[in-house]
Amino acid sequence: MSDDLVLAVDGLKISIATDDGLARVLDHVDLRIPRGRIVGVVGESGCGKSTLVRAILGILPRAARVERGRILIGGEDLLRLSQRELTRRIRGKEISFIPQDPYLALNPVFTVGTQLLEIMRWHAGAGGNGDAGRRGHRVRLVQLLRAVQIPDPEVALERYPHQFSGGQRQRLLIAGALACRPRLVIADEPTSALDVTTQLQILRLLRDLANRFGVSMLFVTHDFGVVAQLCDEVMVMYAGQSVETGQTAEILDRPRHPYTQMLIACHPDRARDLTGIPGTVASPLAPPPGCRFHPRCPSVRAVCSAARPGAVVEATGHEVSCVLYHGPVSRV
Amino acid sequence: MILEIEGLETLLGGERRLLGRARPPVRAVAGVSLALRQNEILGIVGESGCGKSTLGRTILGIQRETTGTIRLDGLAVSGLPPREARRARRGIQYLHQDAAAALDPWWSIGRSIEEALVITGVGPRAERAARIDRMLAAVGLEPALKRRYPHELSGGQLRRVTLARVLVLAPRIVILDEPTSGLDLSVQATVLRLIRELLAEFRLTCLFISHDLSVVRQMCDRVAIMYLGRIVELADTRRLFEAPAHPYTRLLLAAAPRLATGQDLGDIPIHGEPPSPTAVPSGCAFRTRCPHGVALCAEALPKLEPAVDGREVACHRWRDLAATPVASAWPAP
Amino acid sequence: MLVLRKFARDTSGMVGLVIVLATAVVAVLAPRLAPHPLDAYESHPLQRLQEPSRQFSLGTDNLGRDVLSRVILGARAALTIAVLVVAGAMLIGVPPGLVAGYHRGWVPEIIMRVTDVFLAVPQLILALALAQLLGPSLKNAMLALTLTYWPFFTRIVFAETRRIRVSVFVEALEGLNAGALRVMFFHILPNAAPPIIVRATIGMGFTILSAAVLGFLGMGATPPDPEWGLAISESRQYLPEAWWFATFPGIAIFLVVFGFNLLGDGLRDVVDPRLRRSR
Repeated sequence: MSDDLVLAVDGLKISIATDDGLARVLDHVDLRIPRGRIVGVVGESGCGKSTLVRAILGILPRAARVERGRILIGGEDLLRLSQRELTRRIRGKEISFIPQDPYLALNPVFTVGTQLLEIMRWHAGAGGNGDAGRRGHRVRLVQLLRAVQIPDPEVALERYPHQFSGGQRQRLLIAGALACRPRLVIADEPTSALDVTTQLQILRLLRDLANRFGVSMLFVTHDFGVVAQLCDEVMVMYAGQSVETGQTAEILDRPRHPYTQMLIACHPDRARDLTGIPGTVASPLAPPPGCRFHPRCPSVRAVCSAARPGAVVEATGHEVSCVLYHGPVSRV
Repeated sequence: MILEIEGLETLLGGERRLLGRARPPVRAVAGVSLALRQNEILGIVGESGCGKSTLGRTILGIQRETTGTIRLDGLAVSGLPPREARRARRGIQYLHQDAAAALDPWWSIGRSIEEALVITGVGPRAERAARIDRMLAAVGLEPALKRRYPHELSGGQLRRVTLARVLVLAPRIVILDEPTSGLDLSVQATVLRLIRELLAEFRLTCLFISHDLSVVRQMCDRVAIMYLGRIVELADTRRLFEAPAHPYTRLLLAAAPRLATGQDLGDIPIHGEPPSPTAVPSGCAFRTRCPHGVALCAEALPKLEPAVDGREVACHRWRDLAATPVASAWPAP
Repeated sequence: MLVLRKFARDTSGMVGLVIVLATAVVAVLAPRLAPHPLDAYESHPLQRLQEPSRQFSLGTDNLGRDVLSRVILGARAALTIAVLVVAGAMLIGVPPGLVAGYHRGWVPEIIMRVTDVFLAVPQLILALALAQLLGPSLKNAMLALTLTYWPFFTRIVFAETRRIRVSVFVEALEGLNAGALRVMFFHILPNAAPPIIVRATIGMGFTILSAAVLGFLGMGATPPDPEWGLAISESRQYLPEAWWFATFPGIAIFLVVFGFNLLGDGLRDVVDPRLRRSR
């Protein structure tokens, strides 16, 4: 794994045993998060992005089975670590998480300070920070709150979650996520519950913090507009497969994969026709063979159902997994 | 004009208690006047707390207005308690934001749709069945789905079901409250297209409540921007997006995520958080976040008045601002 | 069916179901199952207080009647009381809860305060009072139990109705101008059913217990009814030598009440509209 990457997901394949059979939720997912960059993962419901996030955080349900693939961070494969190691070393420390709903993620019966300090204290024992004692944590926390633009941070620590607005709560969660100086922050639709103007402030904050603290970010969303505003790179997922990866501008202006093209064409900013994408997403219980998009693809060929097309990497680093791009120069 | 609203105000909450202090009511709708033209799609846009949902429910009639008049085809239908109001405004129907929650989970969807007809006293069962089948076809659902339960259907299907339930009553005005919320992008596109077709086919007038500016731009003929219970700008869609007049409109257009490259997050100045409807600033409610505020803004409430090119703006300084270049206008598609 | 499959996974719920079903079967077939069915009412003084033996597997009581038979026959009384009392309590209790939960203003106030008054009356005291007034009998015991049990249903239904009343689908129905009765009985009631069913099931166990207590006090079943509580009462003076006389009716009460409680708990997880499937 190159030094420039904070996280690399390689050919991840995960299935979950359900009452109705085996759900092949992820079939082949590749993801690369370079240092200091904000990478977006975009997909519609059923694409598996939540499962991907859970796999990285190590909180897959018990019925889940990793069939293939690796998740590499700092040379280690997260999938090989025990829960204990993940809890002590990784979660909250190397990789932290900003959840979707700021209203539900904070415990209403404890003050904000108590909750956030607890995170810091829990991970401080594992060493590496150099901050000593409670006062050190508190000072750092106040600095963080100031960085996320919470007014009167000292007073804020003594307040309860319900005394903050949605946007402020999300900032608190961001502060909590940054508390232990993680290398990677995973944000799962952190602004979908917020108003447009508040959302912009949060996105701006995330971008600012990423630059300032050199933190990489994995930003999971279904909103292409937000991706356009915030993310440097994008990975597009469909039904458990990564179909296209590239710089945001490239993806928006020249999408290669048929699914990406059709999805972008659905956005009200682009749509003249509002045709949508014919058909529906296949259930993970009975996924189509080969490229999972082929039943709905206007450019489908016989070979598409035979095997999943490998990724074609262009000179710019842009990747597409589609036979349409398998020219003489390609890597399967 | 099919629907005329003047000076509509709705106060919510405000309990009087035997013991303890009474809670003051919230002016969710604080003086709205608008006129809906036949067959038009009027968008109502705003962020949370702006009162757009309350406005929708007040116009529908299930929320009683505090003051103001509502005229349907020239006849006054305001000043009535909910049940009478609904009867008088039978021609207005409402589509809820959460389609799944709007259906009784214990009833099959066929029966849920049929119930709408039963309540309004429509004909023998055969006649109802015929109407339901026709409507299901119109919204693109197979008749076999009648026997299914809400939890067995997808978000897109549920949205079509609720559309069918509303349209089967042959209304003249429909109020759509965030009709595409929670839907995937591809499903949203199909649903919006369906809505457009249905509105045309049944010659309906529509009040389209949404917070998504991209969708509003696609679907609506005119747009009204709401802030803390009032309309601050009301204009033709194209003109609004090309040259937003009110500072809040400009802010919204700048902040909304667009599918455009090169959006610079840092450009737009945003001050503060949206104030809560329980503590509305004096004068112009937007002044606490407006970069162009002057002393007058705190003293006097700007009225919604006609400006150039047929739009209405509620801002003391719209004339000055009209001269300044607008960075946040959306380019023509 | 999906319901049974889901339920089957809950072991304790299944155990409860088995116990309750077994009790029901025993109750229905009692005269055929009991080895000495006539011992419901006939006495054989010569055989009194015999230890469990091959002929009388659970021994005989003070009047020489087969304990096993009387326990089996007692199941009939127990289940009858349970079903009648709970059904009666639901019929009386559910509608006021619905009405109170649906409306605002003084109507719910009055209904709930009346409910509170009845809740304040202890079951046993009321049973005693009725026994004094009308004479002790099983019927009067059932009346007393019904009159003190219905408020529990009203309370639950009131809370559920209040909660469901503000759901989106109820608001949608109001938009369609649906009448109050329609909304209350066709929409709110089915959605409020789960806690009612659970409460009713557990209530059956509770009722059997209360009936046994009343029988024990002589306020319910009267001799020679084969009721379990009454049997325990009669057995008191023969303890501890004739231990079988008191023990087996006691075990029967315990088992059945336990079974109903387990079943009720199991049902709580299962009664969920999302398990309804189109055919």
